[in-house]
Amino acid sequence: MISIIDYDAGNIKSVEKALQFLGAEAVVTRNPETILSSDGVILPGVGAFGDAMGRLRSYGLEEVLQDVTKRGIPFLGICLGLQLLFEDSEESPGVKGLGILKGHIRRIPSDGGLKVPQIGWNSLSFPKKGTLFEGIPEGSFVYFVHSYYLQAEDPGIVVATTEYGVTIHAAVEQGNVFAMQYQPEKSSDNGLAMLRNFVNLTRKDA
Amino acid sequence: MLTKRVIPCLDVKDGRVVKGINFLNLRDAGDPAEVSSAYDKAGADEVVFLDINASSDSRSTQLEWVRQVASTLFIPFTVGGGVRTVDDFRDILREGADKIAINSAAIMNPQLISDAADKFGSQCVVVAIDAKKRKDGDGWTIYKNGGRVDMEKDLVEWAMEAERRGAGEILLTSMDCDGTKAGYDLAQLRAVSSVVRIPVIASGGAGTKEHFYDAIEAGAEAVLAASLFHYKELEIRDLKEYLRGRGVAVRL
Repeated sequence: MISIIDYDAGNIKSVEKALQFLGAEAVVTRNPETILSSDGVILPGVGAFGDAMGRLRSYGLEEVLQDVTKRGIPFLGICLGLQLLFEDSEESPGVKGLGILKGHIRRIPSDGGLKVPQIGWNSLSFPKKGTLFEGIPEGSFVYFVHSYYLQAEDPGIVVATTEYGVTIHAAVEQGNVFAMQYQPEKSSDNGLAMLRNFVNLTRKDA
Repeated sequence: MLTKRVIPCLDVKDGRVVKGINFLNLRDAGDPAEVSSAYDKAGADEVVFLDINASSDSRSTQLEWVRQVASTLFIPFTVGGGVRTVDDFRDILREGADKIAINSAAIMNPQLISDAADKFGSQCVVVAIDAKKRKDGDGWTIYKNGGRVDMEKDLVEWAMEAERRGAGEILLTSMDCDGTKAGYDLAQLRAVSSVVRIPVIASGGAGTKEHFYDAIEAGAEAVLAASLFHYKELEIRDLKEYLRGRGVAVRL
């Protein structure tokens, strides 16, 4: 069973429907016991960094999520859920992120005439082969909606990048912690394949 | 590289797709979920649904088909038609839609753009604009109520206001070109896309592959068409091959 963290974020329903479509058992929850006893945890999210961290804290989820990653339960952060895993964001100065991974969230520079947010399909490069990219060719397109992007401190955890004026760290992997800046649940067959790979991982460990 | 998007538009009435009856290989040509999934497989980057008689009476019907679409469609989709309040936004987004298009409601109450953007983020607020050339030929004015009422308000000024208020995208339909298949209104597209920094979706007038290319050259980030795709006069994949051949980045 996979827990989708319920903290009033925007795309929870879409992630849930994608998992249902893939035949995975998923619950939307903020109950610590349910979360800690699940085979996988997904942190979705659309919205502002500061608000989201505030809500995670007010629901007492900060420590729960840190426990999840410490226990090695497969964890997937999506979109804002990726950003929250890191230390801080230029979107909400002074607000600390979960700090499970090392790195910072920056504003996409709009000089050079690029539109911000980046909205649309962009292609992925794979600096190394990520576990969730099994069967997915380099250059595949996924759907992005974001104004801020990750600069991971350790390039060794970056498993996908995309170009939008700057090189964006689009996906990371460290142990059982995975995260994607784009929205796999809106990325057609490629995105569903990545989610399926995550689902399979949770079954393997079960 | 970020690609230009190709977007089929579906008109929905009473929970059924009202165009698209010639769509092949579908068990039920009028089902929004089925038709849109077929478009996903055909290579569409997004789908726009316009509910052409949505009102508060038909809200539950609308939420029902949106829910069904969200269970089977795994590319982004926009819902427009009959959305008047922030609560309408919330209800439709909660069923799994990615973006909401507002037209007359934004004109009558521009604060709705700001309120929705503050609450749900600019990325889900699409301001749809129907515009027509002024009779004296100098610029365009915007229309409400499905193109029935001239607001005598300047298009470019309205587009800039929409952006300033937090719109994430502009869906720009040329009433002069719509249905003609003679090409998008390129002057209009240039006028709007050169002053706003948010993406402009070109709509109205597509008849050939060249027309889509021309719209992108004129500054459109995305190109929308309805009947051309519904009646299979043009396959989305063929269109994308063509665009790529002319140097446009597309998802293939």
